[in-house]
Amino acid sequence: MVTNMPNAALQTAPTSTIKADIRNFNFFYGDFQALKNVNMSIEEGRVTALIGPSGCGKSTFLRCFNRMHDLYPGNRYEGEIVFHPDNTNLLAADVDPIEVRMRVGMVFQKPNPFPKSIFENVAYGLRVRGESKRSVLEEKVEQALNNAALWNEAKDRLHEPAYNLSGGQQQRLCIARCLATDPEMILFDEPTSALDPIATASIEELIDTLRGKVTILIVTHSMQQAARVSDFTAYMYLGEMIEYGKTDDIFVKPRDKRTEDYITGKFG
Amino acid sequence: MEKVHISSQFDADLELVRSRLLQMGGMVEEQLRNAIAVYTGADRKLAEQIKTVEESINMLEIELDDRCTHLIARRQPTAGDLRLIMAVIKITTDLERIGDEAAKIGRIGTQMHDQGLVKMFGFSDVHVCANMAIGMLKDSLDAFARMDSVAAERIVKQDQLIDNEFRSILRELITFMMEDPRTISTALGVVWIAKALERVGDHAKNIGEYVIYVAEGTDVRHSISAAGSVL
Repeated sequence: MVTNMPNAALQTAPTSTIKADIRNFNFFYGDFQALKNVNMSIEEGRVTALIGPSGCGKSTFLRCFNRMHDLYPGNRYEGEIVFHPDNTNLLAADVDPIEVRMRVGMVFQKPNPFPKSIFENVAYGLRVRGESKRSVLEEKVEQALNNAALWNEAKDRLHEPAYNLSGGQQQRLCIARCLATDPEMILFDEPTSALDPIATASIEELIDTLRGKVTILIVTHSMQQAARVSDFTAYMYLGEMIEYGKTDDIFVKPRDKRTEDYITGKFG
Repeated sequence: MEKVHISSQFDADLELVRSRLLQMGGMVEEQLRNAIAVYTGADRKLAEQIKTVEESINMLEIELDDRCTHLIARRQPTAGDLRLIMAVIKITTDLERIGDEAAKIGRIGTQMHDQGLVKMFGFSDVHVCANMAIGMLKDSLDAFARMDSVAAERIVKQDQLIDNEFRSILRELITFMMEDPRTISTALGVVWIAKALERVGDHAKNIGEYVIYVAEGTDVRHSISAAGSVL
């Protein structure tokens, strides 16, 4: 059962545009149901954080947005993830997962640059799309590195292996790689859990600068991080969406006792 | 079963803040009773004690603010914990100010006795006001201890009664002063004391509002509806 739908203020906010509607969504790993009747609307250009204890389904949910579960047999989706403005159900059988991944980029817990140069990492998605003109690639790579706040550090070493960068820089490179193909949404799966506080702060600052340009969905184990970077927060538990609302409300006055217990660190 | 924090030290720290605040509340309540006793002449020796205890109350205010600052820095509290700490910081200020009002009553009471001004009027009106103020303070501390928002709402509404009582004392004293200007010095002393008690009522009301904030998450300050309901 969905205990709390997005609150009224959220649904009627005059300036809000909905990027994605998740409707009656279930997900199964074989016989195991990992997500149970999730319903929510994600606002365009805003940062939405998914929080909850390990195993609650938040990463599973995140991965549904770019069809990562398709790769394993037995996995099954029910319901819809509808992208606006074209009202495409990302999960529909006739929608190509490769196309979905062009629209929805993903950044993982550990930086995972390709064993290529910095330049080629960022250009990779563009090349997959068929772009081969050097001048276009150069322009797009510079723009993406700039947007990922990595240009100044990387501009003189574009042809060095990506592994020469520090952990935080590698993570920003992965973000640049995402940004290069102009995705509509970026999924962050605990993007800073392998980084030190300074690198974490720079990733959070980057997420802040992307606000308004791209819709962001972030899974984080750090509630302080969710509170710092997100506009909306969803609390998940045992595959259910327990509470979803403005971050300011969730962290000061959650409506559901289970949310309160989780964010205040209570048990019993 | 009441849920506890995974960190037992966090629970212990919050409990300490809560109990120190109640301790401060108890001291302030006693100050108020002693100040009234000084004024009515029941026990004038208490005047010195009031001064000493006021220092301790001021120190407790600083200690509680410091504990709350550290809790915020170390624990990054959220939701009910955050609201509790915010409320403690604010209630501490109200309690310290009630302490100041008590000290003021003690001081004015002593001066009036020294100048032989006390006997002119009876103490009955001020007694009514004092009992209301002390009652409100005690109830607000009880409401805080139990996080009882219903009791807190009662206190918020009660403030109107003490305001009415103050206005009635004022009207009576103005009549005395107009009839006989020799009563002015004494009457002014009584006005100061009644005003101090009326302020105690305001502070107790604030405490009630903070209790509602912690318990319900609703900020009811400046929001009493025409029907008189704050929730």
